[in-house]
Amino acid sequence: MTTETKKTEAKKEDQTLTFGLSKSKPIILNTHIPNIDGIAKLTGRATYTFDVKMPGMLYGKILRSPHPHAKILNIDASRALALPGVKGVVTGKDTLGIKQGIWRRYQDLCDEQILTVEKVRYIGEPVAAVAAVTEEIAEAAIDLIDVEYEVLPGVYEPMEAMKKDAPMIHDGVERNINVTRHIEWGDCDEDFEKADYIREDHFFCGGQAHMCMETRCAVASYTPEKRLTFYHSNQSAYYMQALMAGILGMREGDVRCIAQYVGGGFGGKFEMDGAIFCACVLSMKLFRPVKIVYTREEDFIATKRRTPMHYWVRTGVKKDGTFCAREARVVSNGGAYTGMGATALYLTGFFHSFPYVWPSYRYDGYRVYTNTLPTTSMRGFGAPQAMWCSEQQIEWIAKDLGLDPFEMRRKNGHYAGYEVPGQAYIGSCGLDEALTIAKEWVVKKEKGLPKNHAIGYSAAGFMTGGIFNWFDSPYSFSSAVVTVNEDGTVILHVGATEIGQGSNTTMAIICAETLGVRVEDIKVHSGDTDHCPADLGAWGSRQTFMTGNAVIKACEDAKKQMLEFAYARMGGLNVIYDLDIKDRWVHIVARPERGMPWTDLCKFATRGKSGQRIMGRGFYTPHRKGMISPAYSYMMQAVEIELDPETGHLKLIDSLTAHDCGTPINHLGLIGQLEGAFSMAAGYGYLEYMPFEDGKMMNPNLVDYKMIRATEMPETPIAEIDTYEPDGPYGAKEAGEGLTNPTAAAMGNALFRGWGIQMKECPIRPHMIVQALKEKEEKEKEAKAKGTKKGK
Amino acid sequence: MKKMSITLIVNKQEYELYLNPKTLLVEAIRDHIGLTGTKRGCETVSCGACTVMVNDMAVKSCSILAVQCDGMNITTSEGLETNGKLAPIQQGFLHQGSYQCGFCTSGMLMATSALLKENPKPTKDEIKESIEGNICRCTGYNSIVRAVEDVASGKYEEGAL
Repeated sequence: MTTETKKTEAKKEDQTLTFGLSKSKPIILNTHIPNIDGIAKLTGRATYTFDVKMPGMLYGKILRSPHPHAKILNIDASRALALPGVKGVVTGKDTLGIKQGIWRRYQDLCDEQILTVEKVRYIGEPVAAVAAVTEEIAEAAIDLIDVEYEVLPGVYEPMEAMKKDAPMIHDGVERNINVTRHIEWGDCDEDFEKADYIREDHFFCGGQAHMCMETRCAVASYTPEKRLTFYHSNQSAYYMQALMAGILGMREGDVRCIAQYVGGGFGGKFEMDGAIFCACVLSMKLFRPVKIVYTREEDFIATKRRTPMHYWVRTGVKKDGTFCAREARVVSNGGAYTGMGATALYLTGFFHSFPYVWPSYRYDGYRVYTNTLPTTSMRGFGAPQAMWCSEQQIEWIAKDLGLDPFEMRRKNGHYAGYEVPGQAYIGSCGLDEALTIAKEWVVKKEKGLPKNHAIGYSAAGFMTGGIFNWFDSPYSFSSAVVTVNEDGTVILHVGATEIGQGSNTTMAIICAETLGVRVEDIKVHSGDTDHCPADLGAWGSRQTFMTGNAVIKACEDAKKQMLEFAYARMGGLNVIYDLDIKDRWVHIVARPERGMPWTDLCKFATRGKSGQRIMGRGFYTPHRKGMISPAYSYMMQAVEIELDPETGHLKLIDSLTAHDCGTPINHLGLIGQLEGAFSMAAGYGYLEYMPFEDGKMMNPNLVDYKMIRATEMPETPIAEIDTYEPDGPYGAKEAGEGLTNPTAAAMGNALFRGWGIQMKECPIRPHMIVQALKEKEEKEKEAKAKGTKKGK
Repeated sequence: MKKMSITLIVNKQEYELYLNPKTLLVEAIRDHIGLTGTKRGCETVSCGACTVMVNDMAVKSCSILAVQCDGMNITTSEGLETNGKLAPIQQGFLHQGSYQCGFCTSGMLMATSALLKENPKPTKDEIKESIEGNICRCTGYNSIVRAVEDVASGKYEEGAL
C-alpha cells in the first residue's frame, strides 16, 4: 500500500462513527510539549551520577597502561597502600577474571576483562584501581603503584594486523580477525555482466569520539546484605545490571543499577566501562561507597569510539541509471576488544545498500583487532561510514553518465512494500517525497549561489531498533507498567533509559494519548532496575518504537479494565456503543457529550476492584520482521558550504533536512534529535579527527579535538515527512540516529559539485582539499598540454 | 598550603568558606557549598559546562580560584528562579527544547544570561559568539539561539512559569 492509499484508508476510518472516531484522532501527539524533565534540568536540581554523594564515600582512580601491548609481570601496590588516606587497591587478581562482552550469545566475542589480569592491549587499559578518602590522594596513590611489564610488539592498522607475521593480540585469534560478516542476495557476477558502466572506489572513514558532556562516572555501594547498588551514567540500566551480575558472579536481582539523569550517551554508554567496574570491585572489597569520575582525557583514551573503516566499493549500473549490482568489502579497525563492533560491522554492510533497490548485492566485512582504543557503536551504528562511501560514489556515477542525481536516486529508491531480500521488509517509506523536497531546495539555491559556495546532498535511511537478540536476554525487548491512582494521576514505569533524547517525555505523551488523560497527570519512572521492568535500553533508535509499543499495550490493558466499570456505571448502554476516554473525559464515542470525568471513573474503578489500584502491563518484542529492524526511516540532507580554496577552510552556510520518521509523537524532541544529529554528523564530516600514533591518541582534549561550536552551526530547517508506519506506536519510527548518516557525504558531494574534487577520506581536512584542488589543476594542465600537442 | 577564609555570595546567600587557596571556584560551589547544578566537562577550560556569573559576567568557574572571588556576587543556575517562578531565560530554554541531556545547560543558561544583561537585544551572531566557548553535544545549538532570541524579543515575563 502506498502512503497515499494508507492516508485515504485512515480517513475512511475517521468517518466510521462507532469505530474510528476517537482512535484515529490523536490529540496530544506532535503538539508542543516541553520536556517533562526540563524544569529539573533548568534549575540545577537534576542529580546526575556526577553529582551523587553518599555518606562515607571514597574516591577512586584508575591506573592505566602506558603501553599498547604488554604482559603484566607483577603489580606491587605496597607504596600506594602506605599513603595516608588510601583505603584499598584492586587489580585484575581481585576479580573473577571473567571475560565479558555485550554479545553474550557468542562466547568468543566476550573478550574483555575490564580490569585486565595478564595482558594490556591498548594505551589506557585499566590495570589497577585505588580508593582513597579524597580524589587527590587517590590520584597520588596511582603514581605509587609499581607495575612490571614485558613490552610486546604492537600493531595499529588493520591491514598490518591481518598479515601473517603480525603480533597476535588475543590468543588463538589467527591474523587478528575478530569477526567476519557476509551479506548477499541475487547473483552479483551475473548482474555486473548486465551493467553498461562499472565504477570501483576505495574510501576511508575515520573514528569519532562520543564526547558525552558527562564523562563516564559511577558511584557503587556494596553492603553486608550482599547487595550491590550503583549509580551509573549509562544508556541501558538493564544491560549494566545483567553484565555486572555476570562479571561479578552475582544474581541479577541482587544488583541494582540507577541511571536517572545521564549526561549524553550517543552509543558509547551501554557497555561495561572501567569507572563502574572498578568502583564496584573496590566497594565490594571495602564495603564503602566508591565514586569514580573519568577526566576528559580518560574519557577520550579509555572508552570506545566510532569504528574506522576501509571501504572498497564496486557498483554496476545501466546507461539509464538503473542499478544492477553492488559489491563492497570492509576492513574495520576493531581496536583491542569487540564491544558492539560485531553489530556495527553487520549494519554498515546492510546500510551500504540503503536506501536503494539492488538486484544483487554482496558484502564482506572483516573486523580486525589492533592495539588501539577499542571501537564500538556510535550514533548511526556503521551507517555514516556506509553512506559516506555510497552516496558520494552514486553522485560521481550520475555525473559520469550525465544523469540527474536526484532522479537516479528516485529511480532506484526503496518504496513501501519493498523487501530487501532475506533482510528486511519496508513497511513505510518517505524517500520519494524527501527527494522532491530536497531537489526543490537545491535547484532554487543553486540559481543564486555566491562565489566559492556549493551545495551537496545525500540520501540515507536507518533502522528503528534491532531485532537480533545478541544480548541473549530472556526478557521481552521492552515492557511497561502503568498504575492508575484513585485521584486520576498515573504512574508509568518503563525500562527505557532517558539520556537526554526525551524518552521519558515521549513515553508520557504516548501514555496520556492512549489512556485519554493529560501529560501533566503522568509521572514517569525509568532507569532503575529495582523498580522498572527490563528493557534493552537506548540504542539503535529503538525506544520510541519498542518501549512506545509496550506503553500502548500497558495503557490499553489498564484502560480496558477501567472501561468495564464505565460500562457498568453508565447503565443501559447498548453494546454496540463504544466507550473511549479523551482529555480526561470518559464518553460514548458516537455521543461524546454523554460521559463522566476521568477522576470519577478512577474512584469507581478503584472501589470496584476491592480497593486495588488499576495496573496495566505491556510487552513488546518484534517478531517476523526480518534480520535487522521492524521499521526504517528515510531522509535527504542538503548542505550549502563555503570554501576558501587557498587554505582549504570549509564553512557550513545553510542546510535542509527532509526526514521521514513516520508519525511524529514528541515534536520538540524530534526537532532536537534532528538538529543534534546534524551537528554531530557534520562534525564527523570535517572536524572530528582522531589521530593515533603507535596506538596513542594524539588529541585527547577539547582544545585539539575539534567539534562543531555554535558559531559553526548553520540554520537547520526541517521538513517533516508524515508517513505512517504500520507497526509503530501511532505510526512512528526512528528519529534519533538516522540523520547522523547522510551529512558527511553531503559535504563531500558539495566539494564535488562545486570544485569537481572527490574526497575519499573523512573527516575532510583542509590539507586534503588543497591537495585535491592542486592535483585537479595539474591534471587539467596536463590534459590541456596534450590537447595542444594533438592540435598541432 | 595554608587554608584561607573567604566569603562568597552565591545566589544572594553569603557563604563563609575555609579552604585551600588552590581551590577552584567550581570546586567551592560544588564541593564546599554543595550546589551541584554547575557541572564540569573538562580540565582545559574548553567546554563551558561550569560557566557561572561573577558580578554579572560569564566566567568559566574552572578557570578562576575561589579566593579570587572573595566578596563577589556569584549566580549559578540554581539562582535564576524566584520562589518557583522561572526566569525568562529558563522559560525560553524550556519552550524551545534548548537542552537534551542537560549537562551543558547550566553553563549555557549563565553564558546567555550574562549576554542579555550586557546586551538586551543581541543579534544572532552575537548570541552564537556568547556561547562559542560552551560545548553542547546534543542540541546543535540552534534551539539555544532561538530561545535567547525569544527572550530578547520580550516573549517571556519575569516570574511566570
